[in-house]
Amino acid sequence: MNAGIDVSQIQRFGAFYITSARLRSMSKWKAIIAAVDIGNPLFYLISVGVGIGVLVQNNSGTSGTGGIKYIAFIAPALLASSAITGVMDECVFPTIEGFKWRKLFFAQNATPITGTQIAIGVYLAALSRAVFSVTVYYILLLAFDVVNFGVSALLIPIATFGGGAFGAVMMFFAAKIEKEDYFFNIIGRLVIMPMFLFSGTFFPLKSMPIFLQPIGWISPLWHATELGRAAAFDYGLSTLIVCVHIIFLTTLVTVGLTLTMRQFERRLAK
Amino acid sequence: MSKPLISVRGLTKVFGDFTAVNGIDFDVAKGESFGLLGPNGAGKSTTMRILAATSTRTSGSVEILDKDPEKFGPLVRAHLGVVPQQDNLDGELTVSENLFIYGRYFGLSKKFIKGKIEELLEFAQLEEKRDVKVEALSGGMKRRLTIARGLVSEPDILLLDEPTTGLDPQARHILWDRLFRLKEQGVTLVLTTHFMDEAEQLCDRLVVMDKGAIMAEGSPSGLIKEYSSKEVLEVRFGSDRNKEVAPQLAQMCERMETLPDRVLMYTENGEKLLEQIAAANLHPTTSLVRRSSLEDVFLRLTGRTLIE
Repeated sequence: MNAGIDVSQIQRFGAFYITSARLRSMSKWKAIIAAVDIGNPLFYLISVGVGIGVLVQNNSGTSGTGGIKYIAFIAPALLASSAITGVMDECVFPTIEGFKWRKLFFAQNATPITGTQIAIGVYLAALSRAVFSVTVYYILLLAFDVVNFGVSALLIPIATFGGGAFGAVMMFFAAKIEKEDYFFNIIGRLVIMPMFLFSGTFFPLKSMPIFLQPIGWISPLWHATELGRAAAFDYGLSTLIVCVHIIFLTTLVTVGLTLTMRQFERRLAK
Repeated sequence: MSKPLISVRGLTKVFGDFTAVNGIDFDVAKGESFGLLGPNGAGKSTTMRILAATSTRTSGSVEILDKDPEKFGPLVRAHLGVVPQQDNLDGELTVSENLFIYGRYFGLSKKFIKGKIEELLEFAQLEEKRDVKVEALSGGMKRRLTIARGLVSEPDILLLDEPTTGLDPQARHILWDRLFRLKEQGVTLVLTTHFMDEAEQLCDRLVVMDKGAIMAEGSPSGLIKEYSSKEVLEVRFGSDRNKEVAPQLAQMCERMETLPDRVLMYTENGEKLLEQIAAANLHPTTSLVRRSSLEDVFLRLTGRTLIE
């Protein structure tokens, strides 16, 4: 071969080539990403910590949140939700763009890179964005004295896990939907927003009527939040329940990614 | 003749109840410049996507460098340079970044790619644009960059789908010049086009496609010799009169096509025919004698013009 192409090397590392290209594209937006990822947590910590937190504290102390400061109670949820938003930004829109708006995936697939590698590469880049967002958030939590440094650092992988679980499923839809771009506006308003409100984010899921609780059960945000609370403070989750949360999120990642990879292959081969 | 680089037999692609490509056969030899000429919807792009080892076929066989692209996609694609009909460059990245990331997709070393970028920027006449974001380039520049990108891996075969569609005449000529250089360097080119002048300029050999099938195959001059006369006389009498005088004109030449706006008369000597028309007291409002082209071949084969 002329330029010395080693196809077996591409088979091994192809996904990382895609990730690296995605990170390069994302770096063009670094100022905006940094502003969002620092600004967003700041607004929440100030408004909830100083505003709502004080209101809750003054009226019911910490009885509703199991003896935990209100801002600390909701922090794991804010973190997981930030991971979800980060992953959504970096895998849903790049997927629609890659197939439809700018057709970058077709250019990538004209090389030895496969559809599966493109899917994995985009997904990994999205996870790196989540790690970045969540790490920034975590540092701010330390700065605001919401959590103590230690085991609570597990919040970073846990929140990323939650974001990755939701992102894997959404990425499949992004690859599947060919015509309805507005689909994701609906997802934003009718899935992400309710998920944010009903996943035990601002109050324990158990304090909601039983018929509303299933929203939390199927929500990756709730599972990641519960795991995060177990890591951040003494929350009293049994090992069994911890396992259930982990299994639920792992299943979403596995099923979501499998469907996504298959859909990428199919759509590129049309 | 050595074994062809590309060998296609009975290739068929069906989408639902629409047959886009209907049992076509052709070979492309090393160093050859091969064209698929036909109107929009003839099945050219579908054929190209199958050759590019990205799309599957319904039936038939395809071998590229002795391999079935459907079974060995990545391995086959490692030898190909692909220039799609629609530019799919990354507009957010600069010219040189686009070349760089694309080279990485072939697993090429950073050092190799950096050297290659210099060579390709010169080839594409984009040296001064190396750090400019792609979205700021003109259509012609984007096309040249897309071609340069396709060459980053030093491919054995360069596939070009409608390389100059949508470009202004000047940009087309620059592009033809670049492609001609590649041809001279011995790069095997496979291109689709619906421009007969492009096919005549760039292709050593071509197939004329219509409705998914191959109508004829040969060199541009061979096809013209076989399916058309040496010269064509184009006469216009005004839209209503064209039809009126057609029967009279038909007796004066070997073959004739009456189009809505003009009459094409096929002959060995256009000037002589024009004198004959004048002698018959028919006075066209405009007349033009020209060489036969692939457009005439297409008209003869299908009864339609290439660009409708």
